[in-house]
Amino acid sequence: MYVAVKGGERAIDNAHAYLAEERRGDPSVAELSTTQIREQLRLAVNRVMAEGSLYDPDLAALAIKQARGDLIEAVFLIRAYRTTLPRHGVSRPVNTAQMAVTRRISATFKDAPGGQVLGPTFDYTHRLLDFTLEANGEAPVAPRAPAMAAVVPHITSFLNRDGMIEEAPHDDTPPPDLTREPMELPADRALRLQAIARGDEGFILSLAYSTQRGYGRTHAFVGELRIGTVAVEMEVPELGFAICIGEIEVTECETVNQFKGSRTEPPQFTRGYGLTFGQNERKSIAMSLVDRALRWKELGEDYSGAPAQDEEFVLMHADNVQATGFLEHIKLPHYVDFQSELELVRKLRAEVEASTMREAAE
Amino acid sequence: MTDQAYNFAYLDEQTKRMIRRAILKGVAVPGYQVPFASREMPMPYGWGTGGVQVTAACLTPEDVLKVIDQGADDTTNAVSIRKFFQRTAGVATTEATAEATLIQTRHRIPEAPLTEGQILVYQVPIPEPLRFLEPRETETRKMHSLEEYGLMHVKLYEDIARHGHIATAYAYPVKVEGRYVMDPSPIPRFDNPKLSGSPALQLFGAGREQRIYALPPFTQAVSLDFEDHPFEASKAPHDCDLCGAADSYLDEVITDDQGGRMFVCSDTDHCRCRREAGHVGRLGTPMIEGVA
Repeated sequence: MYVAVKGGERAIDNAHAYLAEERRGDPSVAELSTTQIREQLRLAVNRVMAEGSLYDPDLAALAIKQARGDLIEAVFLIRAYRTTLPRHGVSRPVNTAQMAVTRRISATFKDAPGGQVLGPTFDYTHRLLDFTLEANGEAPVAPRAPAMAAVVPHITSFLNRDGMIEEAPHDDTPPPDLTREPMELPADRALRLQAIARGDEGFILSLAYSTQRGYGRTHAFVGELRIGTVAVEMEVPELGFAICIGEIEVTECETVNQFKGSRTEPPQFTRGYGLTFGQNERKSIAMSLVDRALRWKELGEDYSGAPAQDEEFVLMHADNVQATGFLEHIKLPHYVDFQSELELVRKLRAEVEASTMREAAE
Repeated sequence: MTDQAYNFAYLDEQTKRMIRRAILKGVAVPGYQVPFASREMPMPYGWGTGGVQVTAACLTPEDVLKVIDQGADDTTNAVSIRKFFQRTAGVATTEATAEATLIQTRHRIPEAPLTEGQILVYQVPIPEPLRFLEPRETETRKMHSLEEYGLMHVKLYEDIARHGHIATAYAYPVKVEGRYVMDPSPIPRFDNPKLSGSPALQLFGAGREQRIYALPPFTQAVSLDFEDHPFEASKAPHDCDLCGAADSYLDEVITDDQGGRMFVCSDTDHCRCRREAGHVGRLGTPMIEGVA
């Protein structure tokens, strides 16, 4: 005898209690603190801040802990929190030329004013598991160099002096805000960069990789990659001038790309741009490649049908919070739709059977 | 329990005003998809965030809320959304269709006729009826503005040529007041006739796709068809095994591994009301007052 499935509410509560217990894991193992996550899983924290569009390492660490290390889930927690925050105003554009750099490299010039600064990088490490980390080791100390000059000029500005690279177009129109207005297509570059900056790292990485392999090839070099802290300034109407409200760490990447020239422009190099919260090299390099690929129209290039050139395809599918929600929603009950399909398929099959029977009889 | 940390019905008043403006525009242009700045909600996209935002923008403290998923009040996501509004708005809730002033639904229209003053809020996954014919939003918006619906008719015609029937079982497109072709959300086509001329206000919210649209009361919504292949609302050719209803939409339940199955009303409130009124189906038992 059929008994209607009741008790959904209790089942949900129990499932959540089970989840909380699983999150903690074996209670005989010391609990992970959010400050430990913030300090020792910093790249995970950076990714959550970048894709969550909220610069707050403590909250990002909390989200990672609550999400059991599922970074997309952590991004979702941050986004859902961020959207409830009041908006006091808008900062001035950060001046990355004034960045206090911890890392700054160029692949296009052997040396340049300001020098090559490697900083804390995985590059050139041998990827051998370091079993000493299994034991609680000493806190390593790195040798220190004196602080660098305050202003480290952008490498692309040297190229620009000879007209070898396109001017970065100066634009003072306030950029649109995709967290406050529905996305409208076609999008301008500011909106595209905004969407890519919070887009899924894996998705942007794969798109960028596809351009390198020939799907919308733009042949990019890393003109400059710099990581460091920049001051965030805000105009306060009551004061009449801008004040610094804090510092954030960002990664900026400018790529230099081939351009054979068009009817109106002589041959010169062109730019792709990437900027992310925190140290996030892979994302900012990938971002600048995708940015450049999406600029085909304004540069008068051909549209080869490559995914990375397709603005609607890139922007509508880059957000992992949207993507994961919609993907996972197919776990929800679909009895009703499925039932209607079931009836339809049964009906169509019955008709096919009837007609084969008829044909056999004839 | 009301959560004091958040505004009434979770969203802040400015956001609600933005959503209400989109709703008003939708009501003014029935069937037209109004873009709105959908917010991240504390539940995932694809799980009813559009419906939840529309509900949040419409709720008043005096409202009585009913939430259904697949026609049932007790499916997990319906429970979760009802709980969300109990917590953030503290509104009264009900399972009785007739008692509710606002009903949020996923995939069904209640069997009991809706009345004037009621609001039915649909959760919509893909608001664009032309999406599976043309994946580009920039193109489909153009098609709507030019009333260019030939592609849809070709698709329906091809169905008939291939299968002898229109092979769309749910999310069956309708034309609203002779103008916009609209996706009624994935309701079974059995429910389509109830869309048209309803005394209730019907609102559709798609959170991830950032669209709101509406059918104001007594709006005509005609299911697309051909003169020689008229639209047909279909359901399983059975009666409800619990309440005996012959005219309600049925879920199929597998009862054993020998091919045994039963059919029950997908609208749990409708089924309960009928059983309380003494109707008994093939496998049902007479219901004693107050005992399920």
